[in-house]
Amino acid sequence: MNIELFFQYIVAGITYGAIYSIVAIGFNIIYNTTGIINFAQGEFVMIGGMTAVTLHSFFPLPYAILLAVIITMIAGALIEIIFIRWLVNPSVLRMIIITIGISILLREAALYIWGEKVRGLPYFTGTSVSSLSIGGVHVSPQVLWVIGISAVIVVALNLFFSYTMPGRQMRACASNRDAARLCGVSASNMITLSFVLSAGIGALAGCVVSPITYVQYESGTGLAIKGFTVAILGGLGNSMAAVAAGLILGILESLSIWVMPTAYKDVISISILLLMLFVKPSGLFGSKEAASLKEF
Amino acid sequence: MLKIKNLESGYGKLKVLRKISIHVNPGEIVTIIGANGAGKTTLLNSIAGLVRLKSGEILFDKQDVLKFPPEKIVFMGCSLVPEGRQVFSTMTVKENLILGAYVQQRRKQRVIDLESIYSIFPVLKEREKQLAGTLSGGEQQMLAIGRALMAKPKLIMMDEPSMGLAPLIVKEIFNIVKRLRDEGNTVLLVEQNAKAALGIANRGYVLETGRIVLEGSSEDLLSNRDVQRAYLGRDLDSEMKI
Repeated sequence: MNIELFFQYIVAGITYGAIYSIVAIGFNIIYNTTGIINFAQGEFVMIGGMTAVTLHSFFPLPYAILLAVIITMIAGALIEIIFIRWLVNPSVLRMIIITIGISILLREAALYIWGEKVRGLPYFTGTSVSSLSIGGVHVSPQVLWVIGISAVIVVALNLFFSYTMPGRQMRACASNRDAARLCGVSASNMITLSFVLSAGIGALAGCVVSPITYVQYESGTGLAIKGFTVAILGGLGNSMAAVAAGLILGILESLSIWVMPTAYKDVISISILLLMLFVKPSGLFGSKEAASLKEF
Repeated sequence: MLKIKNLESGYGKLKVLRKISIHVNPGEIVTIIGANGAGKTTLLNSIAGLVRLKSGEILFDKQDVLKFPPEKIVFMGCSLVPEGRQVFSTMTVKENLILGAYVQQRRKQRVIDLESIYSIFPVLKEREKQLAGTLSGGEQQMLAIGRALMAKPKLIMMDEPSMGLAPLIVKEIFNIVKRLRDEGNTVLLVEQNAKAALGIANRGYVLETGRIVLEGSSEDLLSNRDVQRAYLGRDLDSEMKI
Protein backbone atom coordinates (compact mmCIF):
# COMPACT_ATOMS: atom_id res chain seq x y z
CA MET A 1 0.00 0.00 0.00
CA ASN A 2 1.35 3.31 -1.10
CA ILE A 3 0.85 6.03 1.52
CA GLU A 4 0.70 8.83 -1.03
CA LEU A 5 -1.91 7.01 -3.06
CA PHE A 6 -3.84 6.46 0.14
CA PHE A 7 -3.97 10.21 0.78
CA GLN A 8 -4.88 10.79 -2.84
CA TYR A 9 -7.93 8.62 -2.31
CA ILE A 10 -8.75 10.34 0.94
CA VAL A 11 -8.75 13.75 -0.76
CA ALA A 12 -10.99 12.43 -3.52
CA GLY A 13 -13.27 10.95 -0.86
CA ILE A 14 -13.48 14.23 1.03
CA THR A 15 -14.40 16.06 -2.17
CA TYR A 16 -17.32 13.79 -2.97
CA GLY A 17 -18.19 13.56 0.70
CA ALA A 18 -18.47 17.34 0.91
CA ILE A 19 -21.00 17.37 -1.93
CA TYR A 20 -22.98 14.50 -0.41
CA SER A 21 -23.06 16.43 2.86
CA ILE A 22 -24.46 19.52 1.18
CA VAL A 23 -27.18 17.49 -0.53
CA ALA A 24 -27.94 15.79 2.81
CA ILE A 25 -28.14 19.16 4.57
CA GLY A 26 -30.66 20.20 1.92
CA PHE A 27 -32.72 17.14 2.82
CA ASN A 28 -32.43 17.94 6.51
CA ILE A 29 -33.49 21.58 6.24
CA ILE A 30 -36.76 20.64 4.56
CA TYR A 31 -37.21 17.59 6.78
CA ASN A 32 -36.87 19.72 9.90
CA THR A 33 -39.53 22.24 8.95
CA THR A 34 -41.99 19.94 7.18
CA GLY A 35 -41.26 16.40 8.36
CA ILE A 36 -40.96 15.18 4.79
CA ILE A 37 -38.12 14.01 2.58
CA ASN A 38 -37.95 16.14 -0.52
CA PHE A 39 -36.91 13.68 -3.18
CA ALA A 40 -36.47 16.53 -5.63
CA GLN A 41 -33.39 17.70 -3.71
CA GLY A 42 -31.00 16.15 -6.26
CA GLU A 43 -32.81 18.01 -9.05
CA PHE A 44 -32.01 21.32 -7.35
CA VAL A 45 -28.32 20.42 -7.69
CA MET A 46 -28.80 19.49 -11.33
CA ILE A 47 -30.80 22.63 -12.17
CA GLY A 48 -28.17 24.80 -10.46
CA GLY A 49 -25.37 23.24 -12.48
CA MET A 50 -27.24 23.27 -15.80
CA THR A 51 -28.48 26.83 -15.43
CA ALA A 52 -25.00 28.04 -14.56
CA VAL A 53 -23.53 26.35 -17.63
CA THR A 54 -26.13 28.00 -19.86
CA LEU A 55 -25.74 31.40 -18.24
CA HIS A 56 -21.96 31.15 -18.50
CA SER A 57 -22.20 31.72 -22.24
CA PHE A 58 -23.62 35.17 -21.48
CA PHE A 59 -22.03 36.19 -18.19
CA PRO A 60 -18.67 35.82 -16.46
CA LEU A 61 -18.44 32.77 -14.19
CA PRO A 62 -19.18 34.36 -10.77
CA TYR A 63 -22.30 36.13 -12.07
CA ALA A 64 -23.47 33.02 -13.89
CA ILE A 65 -23.21 31.03 -10.65
CA LEU A 66 -24.89 33.73 -8.59
CA LEU A 67 -27.76 34.00 -11.07
CA ALA A 68 -28.09 30.21 -11.28
CA VAL A 69 -28.36 30.00 -7.49
CA ILE A 70 -30.99 32.74 -7.41
CA ILE A 71 -32.99 31.16 -10.25
CA THR A 72 -32.94 27.78 -8.50
CA MET A 73 -34.06 29.42 -5.24
CA ILE A 74 -36.98 31.00 -7.07
CA ALA A 75 -37.77 27.61 -8.60
CA GLY A 76 -37.68 26.10 -5.09
CA ALA A 77 -40.08 28.74 -3.80
CA LEU A 78 -42.44 28.25 -6.74
CA ILE A 79 -42.44 24.49 -6.28
CA GLU A 80 -43.42 24.88 -2.64
CA ILE A 81 -46.08 27.49 -3.38
CA ILE A 82 -47.60 25.59 -6.31
CA PHE A 83 -47.44 21.99 -5.06
CA ILE A 84 -47.21 21.99 -1.29
CA ARG A 85 -48.52 25.14 0.38
CA TRP A 86 -52.22 24.65 -0.34
CA LEU A 87 -52.34 21.12 1.08
CA VAL A 88 -54.25 20.99 4.35
CA ASN A 89 -52.76 18.46 6.75
CA PRO A 90 -51.39 16.17 4.05
CA SER A 91 -50.22 12.73 5.09
CA VAL A 92 -46.48 12.08 5.04
CA LEU A 93 -46.90 9.48 2.31
CA ARG A 94 -48.82 11.91 0.10
CA MET A 95 -46.16 14.59 0.52
CA ILE A 96 -43.39 12.14 -0.35
CA ILE A 97 -45.15 10.98 -3.49
CA ILE A 98 -45.67 14.61 -4.46
CA THR A 99 -41.93 15.30 -4.13
CA ILE A 100 -41.12 12.23 -6.22
CA GLY A 101 -43.52 13.57 -8.82
CA ILE A 102 -41.82 16.96 -8.71
CA SER A 103 -38.45 15.31 -9.17
CA ILE A 104 -39.65 13.46 -12.30
CA LEU A 105 -41.22 16.67 -13.59
CA LEU A 106 -38.00 18.65 -13.13
CA ARG A 107 -35.91 15.93 -14.74
CA GLU A 108 -38.15 15.78 -17.80
CA ALA A 109 -38.25 19.57 -18.02
CA ALA A 110 -34.44 19.60 -17.94
CA LEU A 111 -34.33 16.97 -20.67
CA TYR A 112 -36.66 19.12 -22.76
CA ILE A 113 -34.66 22.32 -22.19
CA TRP A 114 -31.09 21.06 -22.27
CA GLY A 115 -31.26 17.70 -24.03
CA GLU A 116 -29.17 14.70 -23.07
CA LYS A 117 -25.86 16.45 -23.51
CA VAL A 118 -23.43 16.23 -20.60
CA ARG A 119 -22.12 19.66 -19.62
CA GLY A 120 -19.80 21.22 -17.12
CA LEU A 121 -18.61 24.61 -15.99
CA PRO A 122 -14.94 25.42 -16.61
CA TYR A 123 -12.54 25.00 -13.70
CA PHE A 124 -12.84 28.01 -11.40
CA THR A 125 -9.07 28.43 -11.32
CA GLY A 126 -6.59 26.75 -13.59
CA THR A 127 -7.60 23.95 -15.97
CA SER A 128 -8.52 20.30 -15.70
CA VAL A 129 -4.86 19.33 -15.72
CA SER A 130 -3.46 21.86 -13.27
CA SER A 131 -2.77 20.56 -9.80
CA LEU A 132 -1.31 21.69 -6.53
CA SER A 133 1.03 19.49 -4.57
CA ILE A 134 0.20 19.39 -0.87
CA GLY A 135 2.62 17.19 1.01
CA GLY A 136 3.15 15.00 -2.03
CA VAL A 137 -0.56 14.66 -2.72
CA HIS A 138 -1.71 16.11 -6.02
CA VAL A 139 -4.87 18.09 -5.67
CA SER A 140 -6.86 19.83 -8.35
CA PRO A 141 -7.63 23.44 -7.43
CA GLN A 142 -11.30 22.69 -8.08
CA VAL A 143 -11.17 20.18 -5.23
CA LEU A 144 -10.16 23.00 -2.92
CA TRP A 145 -13.06 25.06 -4.28
CA VAL A 146 -15.49 22.23 -3.56
CA ILE A 147 -14.21 21.67 -0.03
CA GLY A 148 -13.91 25.38 0.67
CA ILE A 149 -17.39 26.32 -0.56
CA SER A 150 -18.93 23.36 1.25
CA ALA A 151 -17.26 24.52 4.46
CA VAL A 152 -18.51 28.07 3.89
CA ILE A 153 -22.06 26.78 3.31
CA VAL A 154 -21.95 24.77 6.55
CA VAL A 155 -20.59 27.67 8.61
CA ALA A 156 -22.98 30.19 7.05
CA LEU A 157 -25.98 27.93 7.67
CA ASN A 158 -24.92 27.47 11.28
CA LEU A 159 -24.68 31.22 11.78
CA PHE A 160 -28.01 31.68 10.05
CA PHE A 161 -29.79 29.15 12.25
CA SER A 162 -28.17 30.34 15.48
CA TYR A 163 -28.17 34.11 15.21
CA THR A 164 -30.85 35.39 12.83
CA MET A 165 -34.57 35.71 13.47
CA PRO A 166 -35.64 33.71 10.39
CA GLY A 167 -33.12 31.00 11.30
CA ARG A 168 -34.41 30.78 14.84
CA GLN A 169 -37.98 30.76 13.55
CA MET A 170 -37.20 27.82 11.31
CA ARG A 171 -35.73 25.94 14.26
CA ALA A 172 -38.76 26.88 16.35
CA CYS A 173 -41.03 25.46 13.66
CA ALA A 174 -38.98 22.28 13.63
CA SER A 175 -39.13 22.05 17.42
CA ASN A 176 -42.83 22.76 17.92
CA ARG A 177 -44.91 24.07 15.06
CA ASP A 178 -48.01 25.11 16.99
CA ALA A 179 -45.96 26.91 19.63
CA ALA A 180 -44.09 28.72 16.85
CA ARG A 181 -47.38 29.88 15.34
CA LEU A 182 -48.44 31.11 18.78
CA CYS A 183 -45.29 33.27 18.73
CA GLY A 184 -46.52 34.85 15.49
CA VAL A 185 -44.31 32.78 13.20
CA SER A 186 -45.99 31.90 9.92
CA ALA A 187 -45.23 28.20 9.56
CA SER A 188 -46.12 28.16 5.86
CA ASN A 189 -43.66 30.96 5.14
CA MET A 190 -40.98 29.02 7.00
CA ILE A 191 -41.66 26.00 4.82
CA THR A 192 -41.27 28.14 1.70
CA LEU A 193 -38.05 29.52 3.14
CA SER A 194 -36.77 26.01 3.79
CA PHE A 195 -37.35 25.10 0.13
CA VAL A 196 -35.60 28.31 -0.96
CA LEU A 197 -32.60 27.58 1.26
CA SER A 198 -32.34 23.95 0.21
CA ALA A 199 -32.62 24.89 -3.45
CA GLY A 200 -29.97 27.59 -3.02
CA ILE A 201 -27.35 25.44 -1.33
CA GLY A 202 -28.12 22.55 -3.69
CA ALA A 203 -27.62 24.81 -6.70
CA LEU A 204 -24.36 26.20 -5.32
CA ALA A 205 -23.10 22.67 -4.73
CA GLY A 206 -24.13 21.76 -8.28
CA CYS A 207 -22.11 24.67 -9.66
CA VAL A 208 -18.86 23.97 -7.80
CA VAL A 209 -18.89 20.27 -8.47
CA SER A 210 -19.88 20.43 -12.15
CA PRO A 211 -16.33 20.95 -13.51
CA ILE A 212 -15.29 17.65 -11.88
CA THR A 213 -18.35 15.42 -12.19
CA TYR A 214 -20.16 17.14 -15.05
CA VAL A 215 -23.90 17.52 -15.04
CA GLN A 216 -26.70 16.09 -17.13
CA TYR A 217 -30.49 16.17 -16.91
CA GLU A 218 -30.58 13.01 -14.81
CA SER A 219 -27.53 13.51 -12.61
CA GLY A 220 -29.73 14.68 -9.75
CA THR A 221 -31.07 11.20 -9.04
CA GLY A 222 -27.72 9.68 -8.18
CA LEU A 223 -26.81 12.60 -5.94
CA ALA A 224 -30.19 12.42 -4.22
CA ILE A 225 -29.61 8.76 -3.35
CA LYS A 226 -26.14 9.54 -1.97
CA GLY A 227 -27.42 12.54 -0.09
CA PHE A 228 -30.32 10.55 1.31
CA THR A 229 -27.93 7.80 2.45
CA VAL A 230 -25.81 10.40 4.20
CA ALA A 231 -28.83 12.02 5.84
CA ILE A 232 -29.95 8.62 7.17
CA LEU A 233 -26.39 7.66 8.17
CA GLY A 234 -25.99 10.82 10.20
CA GLY A 235 -29.51 10.80 11.58
CA LEU A 236 -32.36 12.58 9.78
CA GLY A 237 -32.63 16.24 10.65
CA ASN A 238 -29.15 16.55 12.11
CA SER A 239 -27.14 18.76 9.76
CA MET A 240 -23.81 18.62 11.58
CA ALA A 241 -23.98 14.83 11.68
CA ALA A 242 -24.65 14.93 7.95
CA VAL A 243 -21.25 16.56 7.42
CA ALA A 244 -19.48 13.77 9.30
CA ALA A 245 -21.57 11.08 7.62
CA GLY A 246 -20.95 12.62 4.19
CA LEU A 247 -17.19 12.54 4.69
CA ILE A 248 -17.39 8.94 5.95
CA LEU A 249 -19.37 7.84 2.88
CA GLY A 250 -17.16 9.77 0.48
CA ILE A 251 -13.95 8.28 1.90
CA LEU A 252 -15.41 4.75 2.07
CA GLU A 253 -16.47 4.97 -1.57
CA SER A 254 -13.14 6.29 -2.60
CA LEU A 255 -11.17 3.61 -0.74
CA SER A 256 -13.45 0.87 -2.04
CA ILE A 257 -11.66 1.19 -5.36
CA TRP A 258 -8.88 -0.79 -3.74
CA VAL A 259 -10.96 -3.87 -3.22
CA MET A 260 -13.68 -3.57 -5.84
CA PRO A 261 -13.94 -2.37 -9.42
CA THR A 262 -15.03 1.30 -9.69
CA ALA A 263 -18.28 0.27 -11.28
CA TYR A 264 -19.40 -1.12 -7.92
CA LYS A 265 -18.80 2.16 -6.09
CA ASP A 266 -22.50 2.89 -5.74
CA VAL A 267 -23.03 -0.48 -4.08
CA ILE A 268 -21.30 0.93 -1.00
CA SER A 269 -23.82 3.67 -0.44
CA ILE A 270 -26.85 1.51 -1.16
CA SER A 271 -25.57 -1.17 1.22
CA ILE A 272 -24.93 1.40 3.92
CA LEU A 273 -28.42 2.84 3.39
CA LEU A 274 -30.08 -0.57 3.70
CA LEU A 275 -27.89 -1.59 6.63
CA MET A 276 -28.69 1.60 8.52
CA LEU A 277 -32.41 1.33 7.83
CA PHE A 278 -32.40 -2.25 9.12
CA VAL A 279 -30.07 -1.87 12.09
CA LYS A 280 -30.12 1.71 13.30
CA PRO A 281 -32.67 3.89 11.51
CA SER A 282 -31.94 6.75 13.92
CA GLY A 283 -28.50 7.13 12.32
CA LEU A 284 -24.98 7.03 13.70
CA PHE A 285 -25.41 10.20 15.71
CA GLY A 286 -29.15 10.16 16.31
CA SER A 287 -30.72 9.17 19.58
CA LYS A 288 -33.36 6.48 19.85
CA GLU A 289 -35.81 8.77 21.60
CA ALA A 290 -35.58 11.38 18.85
CA ALA A 291 -36.15 8.70 16.22
CA SER A 292 -39.21 7.33 17.97
CA LEU A 293 -40.84 10.76 17.80
CA LYS A 294 -40.41 10.97 14.06
CA GLU A 295 -43.37 10.30 11.86
CA PHE A 296 -41.14 9.06 9.13
CA MET B 1 -61.68 43.12 25.63
CA LEU B 2 -62.72 39.62 24.65
CA LYS B 3 -66.32 38.75 23.86
CA ILE B 4 -67.43 35.34 22.74
CA LYS B 5 -70.98 34.65 21.54
CA ASN B 6 -72.55 31.25 20.95
CA LEU B 7 -69.27 29.61 20.10
CA GLU B 8 -69.46 26.05 18.81
CA SER B 9 -66.26 24.24 18.08
CA GLY B 10 -64.81 20.78 17.77
CA TYR B 11 -62.69 18.38 15.81
CA GLY B 12 -64.13 16.92 12.61
CA LYS B 13 -67.66 15.73 13.30
CA LEU B 14 -67.13 15.81 17.04
CA LYS B 15 -68.64 18.84 18.68
CA VAL B 16 -66.75 19.73 21.85
CA LEU B 17 -68.13 23.17 22.71
CA ARG B 18 -71.81 24.14 22.57
CA LYS B 19 -73.17 27.70 22.70
CA ILE B 20 -70.37 29.14 24.77
CA SER B 21 -70.70 32.83 25.60
CA ILE B 22 -68.11 34.49 27.82
CA HIS B 23 -66.46 37.87 28.10
CA VAL B 24 -63.28 39.23 29.63
CA ASN B 25 -62.91 42.86 30.71
CA PRO B 26 -59.58 44.69 30.70
CA GLY B 27 -57.51 44.33 33.86
CA GLU B 28 -59.20 41.27 35.32
CA ILE B 29 -58.35 37.64 35.77
CA VAL B 30 -61.15 35.47 34.48
CA THR B 31 -60.91 31.77 35.12
CA ILE B 32 -62.61 28.88 33.42
CA ILE B 33 -62.71 25.81 35.60
CA GLY B 34 -63.86 22.36 34.71
CA ALA B 35 -62.93 18.71 34.77
CA ASN B 36 -60.83 16.82 32.28
CA GLY B 37 -62.47 16.71 28.87
CA ALA B 38 -64.89 19.55 29.59
CA GLY B 39 -63.51 21.44 26.58
CA LYS B 40 -61.33 24.01 28.33
CA THR B 41 -58.33 23.55 26.06
CA THR B 42 -60.53 23.46 22.95
CA LEU B 43 -62.02 26.78 24.02
CA LEU B 44 -58.62 28.47 24.36
CA ASN B 45 -57.33 26.88 21.16
CA SER B 46 -60.42 28.16 19.34
CA ILE B 47 -59.75 31.70 20.55
CA ALA B 48 -56.07 31.42 19.58
CA GLY B 49 -57.03 30.16 16.13
CA LEU B 50 -55.53 26.68 16.44
CA VAL B 51 -58.98 25.07 16.23
CA ARG B 52 -61.47 26.17 13.60
CA LEU B 53 -64.89 27.25 14.80
CA LYS B 54 -68.10 25.64 13.63
CA SER B 55 -70.18 28.70 14.42
CA GLY B 56 -70.40 31.67 16.73
CA GLU B 57 -68.26 34.73 16.99
CA ILE B 58 -65.15 35.82 18.84
CA LEU B 59 -64.57 39.54 19.17
CA PHE B 60 -61.17 40.61 20.40
CA ASP B 61 -60.81 44.35 20.86
CA LYS B 62 -64.07 44.69 18.87
CA GLN B 63 -62.42 42.88 15.94
CA ASP B 64 -63.66 39.57 14.64
CA VAL B 65 -60.78 37.07 14.92
CA LEU B 66 -62.64 34.24 13.22
CA LYS B 67 -60.96 34.49 9.87
CA PHE B 68 -57.42 34.78 11.16
CA PRO B 69 -54.75 32.11 11.59
CA PRO B 70 -52.98 31.86 14.99
CA GLU B 71 -49.96 33.90 13.87
CA LYS B 72 -52.22 36.87 13.03
CA ILE B 73 -54.19 36.65 16.26
CA VAL B 74 -50.94 36.95 18.24
CA PHE B 75 -50.21 40.18 16.38
CA MET B 76 -53.59 41.53 17.47
CA GLY B 77 -52.42 41.16 21.07
CA CYS B 78 -53.91 37.87 22.19
CA SER B 79 -51.25 35.40 23.40
CA LEU B 80 -51.74 31.82 24.52
CA VAL B 81 -49.55 29.92 26.96
CA PRO B 82 -50.39 26.47 25.64
CA GLU B 83 -51.24 23.40 27.66
CA GLY B 84 -48.20 21.36 28.59
CA ARG B 85 -45.91 24.39 28.24
CA GLN B 86 -44.71 23.62 24.67
CA VAL B 87 -41.38 25.39 24.99
CA PHE B 88 -38.89 25.01 22.13
CA SER B 89 -36.97 22.30 23.91
CA THR B 90 -34.03 22.18 21.49
CA MET B 91 -33.38 25.91 21.86
CA THR B 92 -31.94 27.91 24.72
CA VAL B 93 -34.03 29.80 27.25
CA LYS B 94 -32.89 33.08 25.78
CA GLU B 95 -33.77 32.01 22.23
CA ASN B 96 -37.23 30.98 23.40
CA LEU B 97 -37.77 34.46 24.82
CA ILE B 98 -36.38 36.14 21.71
CA LEU B 99 -38.85 34.19 19.58
CA GLY B 100 -41.59 35.41 21.86
CA ALA B 101 -40.49 38.95 21.04
CA TYR B 102 -40.85 38.42 17.29
CA VAL B 103 -44.30 40.01 17.38
CA GLN B 104 -42.84 43.10 19.07
CA GLN B 105 -40.03 43.26 16.52
CA ARG B 106 -42.53 43.27 13.69
CA ARG B 107 -44.25 46.13 15.49
CA LYS B 108 -40.97 48.02 15.03
CA GLN B 109 -39.83 47.65 18.62
CA ARG B 110 -36.15 47.04 17.93
CA VAL B 111 -35.07 46.51 21.53
CA ILE B 112 -35.73 43.06 22.91
CA ASP B 113 -36.72 43.64 26.51
CA LEU B 114 -35.46 40.50 28.23
CA GLU B 115 -34.86 42.27 31.53
CA SER B 116 -38.52 42.79 32.34
CA ILE B 117 -39.08 39.05 32.03
CA TYR B 118 -35.96 38.27 34.06
CA SER B 119 -37.22 40.57 36.82
CA ILE B 120 -40.43 38.52 37.05
CA PHE B 121 -38.63 35.19 36.68
CA PRO B 122 -35.06 35.58 38.02
CA VAL B 123 -34.47 31.84 37.58
CA LEU B 124 -34.74 32.25 33.79
CA LYS B 125 -31.79 34.61 33.81
CA GLU B 126 -29.70 32.01 35.63
CA ARG B 127 -30.73 29.42 33.06
CA GLU B 128 -30.40 31.80 30.08
CA LYS B 129 -27.96 29.63 28.10
CA GLN B 130 -29.48 26.27 28.99
CA LEU B 131 -31.61 24.31 26.53
CA ALA B 132 -35.26 24.74 27.43
CA GLY B 133 -35.77 20.97 27.38
CA THR B 134 -33.41 20.60 30.34
CA LEU B 135 -35.45 22.86 32.63
CA SER B 136 -37.70 21.54 35.38
CA GLY B 137 -41.46 21.58 34.82
CA GLY B 138 -41.95 24.72 36.86
CA GLU B 139 -39.14 26.53 35.08
CA GLN B 140 -40.57 25.50 31.71
CA GLN B 141 -43.94 26.89 32.75
CA MET B 142 -42.28 30.17 33.72
CA LEU B 143 -40.48 30.20 30.37
CA ALA B 144 -43.74 29.56 28.51
CA ILE B 145 -45.39 32.47 30.35
CA GLY B 146 -42.32 34.64 29.82
CA ARG B 147 -42.30 33.84 26.11
CA ALA B 148 -45.95 34.87 25.79
CA LEU B 149 -45.31 38.06 27.76
CA MET B 150 -42.47 39.03 25.41
CA ALA B 151 -45.15 39.80 22.80
CA LYS B 152 -46.59 42.41 25.20
CA PRO B 153 -50.09 40.99 24.78
CA LYS B 154 -53.27 42.82 25.70
CA LEU B 155 -54.75 39.51 26.78
CA ILE B 156 -52.74 36.54 27.99
CA MET B 157 -54.49 33.18 28.02
CA MET B 158 -53.04 30.38 30.12
CA ASP B 159 -53.97 26.75 29.71
CA GLU B 160 -53.50 24.78 32.94
CA PRO B 161 -50.33 26.43 34.19
CA SER B 162 -50.45 24.24 37.30
CA MET B 163 -50.44 20.98 35.37
CA GLY B 164 -47.99 18.46 36.77
CA LEU B 165 -46.31 20.90 39.13
CA ALA B 166 -45.54 20.58 42.84
CA PRO B 167 -47.91 22.55 45.13
CA LEU B 168 -45.21 25.01 46.12
CA ILE B 169 -44.42 25.81 42.48
CA VAL B 170 -48.13 26.12 41.69
CA LYS B 171 -48.38 28.73 44.44
CA GLU B 172 -45.44 30.62 42.99
CA ILE B 173 -46.92 30.57 39.48
CA PHE B 174 -50.31 31.77 40.72
CA ASN B 175 -48.66 34.58 42.69
CA ILE B 176 -47.01 35.66 39.46
CA VAL B 177 -50.32 35.55 37.57
CA LYS B 178 -51.80 37.74 40.30
CA ARG B 179 -48.88 40.11 40.05
CA LEU B 180 -49.34 40.33 36.27
CA ARG B 181 -52.95 41.38 36.82
CA ASP B 182 -51.93 43.94 39.42
CA GLU B 183 -49.51 45.38 36.86
CA GLY B 184 -52.44 45.95 34.51
CA ASN B 185 -52.47 42.76 32.42
CA THR B 186 -55.62 40.90 31.50
CA VAL B 187 -55.59 37.15 32.04
CA LEU B 188 -57.87 34.36 30.92
CA LEU B 189 -56.92 31.39 33.05
CA VAL B 190 -58.10 27.87 32.39
CA GLU B 191 -57.62 25.51 35.31
CA GLN B 192 -58.48 22.17 36.79
CA ASN B 193 -57.13 23.41 40.10
CA ALA B 194 -60.33 25.31 40.85
CA LYS B 195 -59.39 26.39 44.34
CA ALA B 196 -56.14 28.04 43.35
CA ALA B 197 -57.67 29.60 40.24
CA LEU B 198 -60.71 31.05 42.01
CA GLY B 199 -58.37 32.24 44.76
CA ILE B 200 -56.78 34.81 42.44
CA ALA B 201 -59.48 35.39 39.83
CA ASN B 202 -62.03 38.20 39.73
CA ARG B 203 -64.66 36.15 37.97
CA GLY B 204 -65.10 32.60 36.84
CA TYR B 205 -67.02 30.29 34.56
CA VAL B 206 -67.68 26.63 35.14
CA LEU B 207 -67.43 24.51 32.02
CA GLU B 208 -69.04 21.08 31.99
CA THR B 209 -69.10 18.79 28.93
CA GLY B 210 -68.84 21.69 26.53
CA ARG B 211 -71.35 24.04 28.18
CA ILE B 212 -71.05 26.91 30.61
CA VAL B 213 -73.14 25.76 33.56
CA LEU B 214 -72.30 28.48 36.05
CA GLU B 215 -70.77 31.91 36.10
CA GLY B 216 -70.15 34.55 38.70
CA SER B 217 -67.64 36.33 40.86
CA SER B 218 -64.94 34.17 42.41
CA GLU B 219 -66.44 34.58 45.89
CA ASP B 220 -69.85 33.43 44.69
CA LEU B 221 -68.39 30.43 42.92
CA LEU B 222 -66.20 29.52 45.89
CA SER B 223 -69.22 29.45 48.16
CA ASN B 224 -71.43 27.69 45.64
CA ARG B 225 -72.46 24.27 46.82
CA ASP B 226 -72.20 22.52 43.44
CA VAL B 227 -68.79 24.01 42.78
CA GLN B 228 -67.60 22.96 46.21
CA ARG B 229 -68.79 19.42 45.74
CA ALA B 230 -67.63 18.97 42.18
CA TYR B 231 -64.38 20.92 42.09
CA LEU B 232 -63.18 21.75 45.56
CA GLY B 233 -63.48 18.28 47.01
CA ARG B 234 -65.86 19.29 49.79
CA ASP B 235 -69.22 17.75 50.41
CA LEU B 236 -71.20 20.15 52.59
CA ASP B 237 -74.13 17.79 53.02
CA SER B 238 -72.06 15.05 54.55
CA GLU B 239 -70.03 17.56 56.55
CA MET B 240 -73.21 18.87 58.12
CA LYS B 241 -74.32 15.43 59.15
CA ILE B 242 -71.17 15.03 61.23
